Amino acid sequence: MDINDLRSIVTVVSLLTFLGIVWWAYGVKGNKKRFEEAAMLPFTDEEADRAELGQDRNGQRKAS
Amino acid sequence: MSETQSTYNYKVVRQFAIMTVIWGIVGMLVGVIIAAQLVWPELNLGFLHFGRLRPLHTNAVIFAFGGCALFATSYYVVQRTCHTRLFSDGLAAFTFWGWQLVIVLAAVTLPLGMTSGKEYAELEWPIDILITLVWVAYAVVFFGTIAKRKVSHIYVANWFYGGFILAVALLHVVNSAEIPVTLTKSYSAYAGVQDAMVQWWYGHNAVGFFLTAGFLGMMYYFVPKQAERPVYSYRLSVVHFWALIFTYMWAGPHHLHYTALPDWTQSVGMLFSLILLAPSWGGMINGVMTLSGAWHKLRDDPILKFLITSLSFYGMSTFEGPMMAIKTVNALSHYTDWTVGHVHSGALGWVAMISIGSIYYLLPRLFGKSEMFSVRLITVHFWVATIGVVLYIASMWISGVMQGLMWRAVNADGTLTYSFVESVKASYPFWAIRFLGGVLFLTGMLVMAYNMFKTIAGGRSVDDARVLVPAAHHA
Repeated sequence: MDINDLRSIVTVVSLLTFLGIVWWAYGVKGNKKRFEEAAMLPFTDEEADRAELGQDRNGQRKAS
Repeated sequence: MSETQSTYNYKVVRQFAIMTVIWGIVGMLVGVIIAAQLVWPELNLGFLHFGRLRPLHTNAVIFAFGGCALFATSYYVVQRTCHTRLFSDGLAAFTFWGWQLVIVLAAVTLPLGMTSGKEYAELEWPIDILITLVWVAYAVVFFGTIAKRKVSHIYVANWFYGGFILAVALLHVVNSAEIPVTLTKSYSAYAGVQDAMVQWWYGHNAVGFFLTAGFLGMMYYFVPKQAERPVYSYRLSVVHFWALIFTYMWAGPHHLHYTALPDWTQSVGMLFSLILLAPSWGGMINGVMTLSGAWHKLRDDPILKFLITSLSFYGMSTFEGPMMAIKTVNALSHYTDWTVGHVHSGALGWVAMISIGSIYYLLPRLFGKSEMFSVRLITVHFWVATIGVVLYIASMWISGVMQGLMWRAVNADGTLTYSFVESVKASYPFWAIRFLGGVLFLTGMLVMAYNMFKTIAGGRSVDDARVLVPAAHHA
């Protein structure tokens, strides 16, 4: 096997990996909920936001 | 120890955020000076001529302005989305002072003509080593913070920042391989066309990873935060990330169309550049559609104006780029002002505007204010900057296409219709308009600096933003 076979294999494996990722993101049912939760990550520490904006310096949790 | 762990490290974020604005002004001022030198050649004084100042401009805006913005936002985002303090305060401080030293050394050596001659990698070998040390420290801080995160998922913005840090390390080390001759002079470890290919593999991936992936990290955090709604499609963001990773690495040869580079390599580069349109637009649509159902926010929120307009410019320049990578289009556009216009559509429109929007988001938060000193001045900045970009890129399009057409025009007997200097003469009015566009963009940055110092003046350094257990289910 010469190095060009290896190069071809790497290219094909890369493409298959990418298609696998697309399937993993869109095809796997169970992932939908996980991704929706992940999308909320920037909004899970609103108390720190309040502290930054000088609205609440003692870190008390307020009902949101 | 437990007390320091209970708060976020905002000191290093503050330092980088302030220096983003300062270096932005310096880098863009040098840009305005060299634009003026093209219009008024008598401004080329002594060794401070266009050839020496141009690499200073590119290094200052990309690595000083853009770099500081990436450090500031990545350190902020990784802490907030991982619910933990930075991995090491000491190393984080080292990255700040080390990076500032790199910038100062660049500002001294480049005007003195010390250069390895590689575009966007001009700095000589001792500085290259310093960059490597700072970058390794950056990677340790960033990935160390991710490793001790308190949530199971790694938010997509961190994937983009992480991809940017790893890819830039790889690019820098490979392309800066050089043989030192003296303290201030070295030669590339590669020769001939291999050297050219390594250089543009580096050059285009510097665009793809330094100037794109990192700033997409900003997009995926600051656009949702400022719009107060989650990103349009998280699944699309996953595919967006991996599509960029798999394709960007191959696009470099489009910088070497019709050169000694093998023809098939040029074609591969062109093809992958065309494929890149898909992930680029997927990402842009994902960012813009985050505002879906809340478009009214765009009307009175100037920070959101900056962020969303930057995405429009991102879409424009990532459409233009693949088109320019087509060999026959490149035959017209290459070596003309069209390329310069394309770069600035990305650099001013996309990179600078998303950075400016993100820094406006951060500044009040880092200094305990509910908003910037003057929201009205942000709006002023936005419009001045937008008009500046439009003047810049429109003038460069016209002069670029004109130059390309003049250079290729031939008479019936096969001789050239125009001498080169005739195309230079015809370009003058457009260079004057470009200068004006640059002045406007720089003016916007000065307005930002005034607003920033006024915000800092009445504020306090926020060091008590407490790290809290993630409240995922309250959201």
